[in-house]
Amino acid sequence: MYAVVAGGGKVGWNLARELIAKGHEVTLLESDRDRYLTIEQELEHAVQYGDATELWVLERAGIQRADLVIAVTGDDEDNVLICQVAKEKYLCERIIARVNNPRNREWFALLNIQPVVSATDLILRLIEHEVPSYGLVHLLDLRDEQLEIIEVEVLEGAPAAGRTVAEVSLPDGALIISVLRDGGGFVPKGDTQINAGDEVLVVLDPGLEDAITAQFAPPAARR
Amino acid sequence: MADRRPGARATPDRPRGSIAAVFVLIVGAGRVGSTVARRMLAAGHDVSVLDDDPLSHERLDAGQATSWEDAGGQFTVGTAIEVEALQEAGIGQADVFIAATHGDNTNLLIAQIAQRGFEVPNVIVRVMDPGRAAWYAEQGLRTVCPTQKAIEMFDEAIKEIV
Repeated sequence: MYAVVAGGGKVGWNLARELIAKGHEVTLLESDRDRYLTIEQELEHAVQYGDATELWVLERAGIQRADLVIAVTGDDEDNVLICQVAKEKYLCERIIARVNNPRNREWFALLNIQPVVSATDLILRLIEHEVPSYGLVHLLDLRDEQLEIIEVEVLEGAPAAGRTVAEVSLPDGALIISVLRDGGGFVPKGDTQINAGDEVLVVLDPGLEDAITAQFAPPAARR
Repeated sequence: MADRRPGARATPDRPRGSIAAVFVLIVGAGRVGSTVARRMLAAGHDVSVLDDDPLSHERLDAGQATSWEDAGGQFTVGTAIEVEALQEAGIGQADVFIAATHGDNTNLLIAQIAQRGFEVPNVIVRVMDPGRAAWYAEQGLRTVCPTQKAIEMFDEAIKEIV
């Protein structure tokens, strides 16, 4: 695989190193002269000096034949635009963009740049997973397929507590696929009873989170 | 069209030509942005300017008899890619959006936010890099490329010599 990585910061440099170690061909682009010279000591010809938002720099790096373009500069505008030209001008099929400021996520979505990786969101997700009081954890987002899988804790007094799977009134587009109880997980049937303290995995269409948490938390605890 | 904006100020007397007044949002009050802003205000349009540097306001007042606000202009301090700043500056009501910050990447992103996210009917974007100015023009953005103009002017000037 041939990957073009834009941005030789900590993320970009390490990513390039790891990809090379896995046997892939990589060109890393770095626009700061001093930083470039430092990286070049190690990566040699696999790093090039230049501003990856400029078309000729991307073309010099051979973006036309890239299987993957990864934009991980510290600047969200740059990352959006690098991915946009990679995808729409050079028809690169796979792109990955880094979101530095989570508030810019919506702009990546607006220009159909995905998948995106945000360190802030990843850490937040870890915290949600470790701190059960958050109630709801996003386990998987399949954006192209318009599906999500979430993990929800069933709280005392919730509408679903004490009911069977068939009785829980979930909206159309949502399905309970697994129940986690006493350290184990199993696939429930319609007559499986859900208890307070269980965690359930639900596959759903995006946007149904609120309707689902309403079933698994008592009215007062809903945020 | 000031009355379309919530909380619009009373519009002071300004010359109104035969042209229909439009609401223009200009992002970036540098030499270009501030001059275009003053000219459009003088032509009778409603003009809002957004810049992240409060001092850039001085360029709007420079050489004018009244302050920018007294002349009927609007000025917002804020970062162009933040949705709150764009909304405060009135992007939701803009008929014309001009991206004239000093950064190509900021301009290209906010121009597309205006066009696709807020459906502003007329979007004009300054792009210094001729390569991308040409490509984004092909994609439907109205680009202004001072570098390309400079190259053409040098070409013309050289032709007169040699």
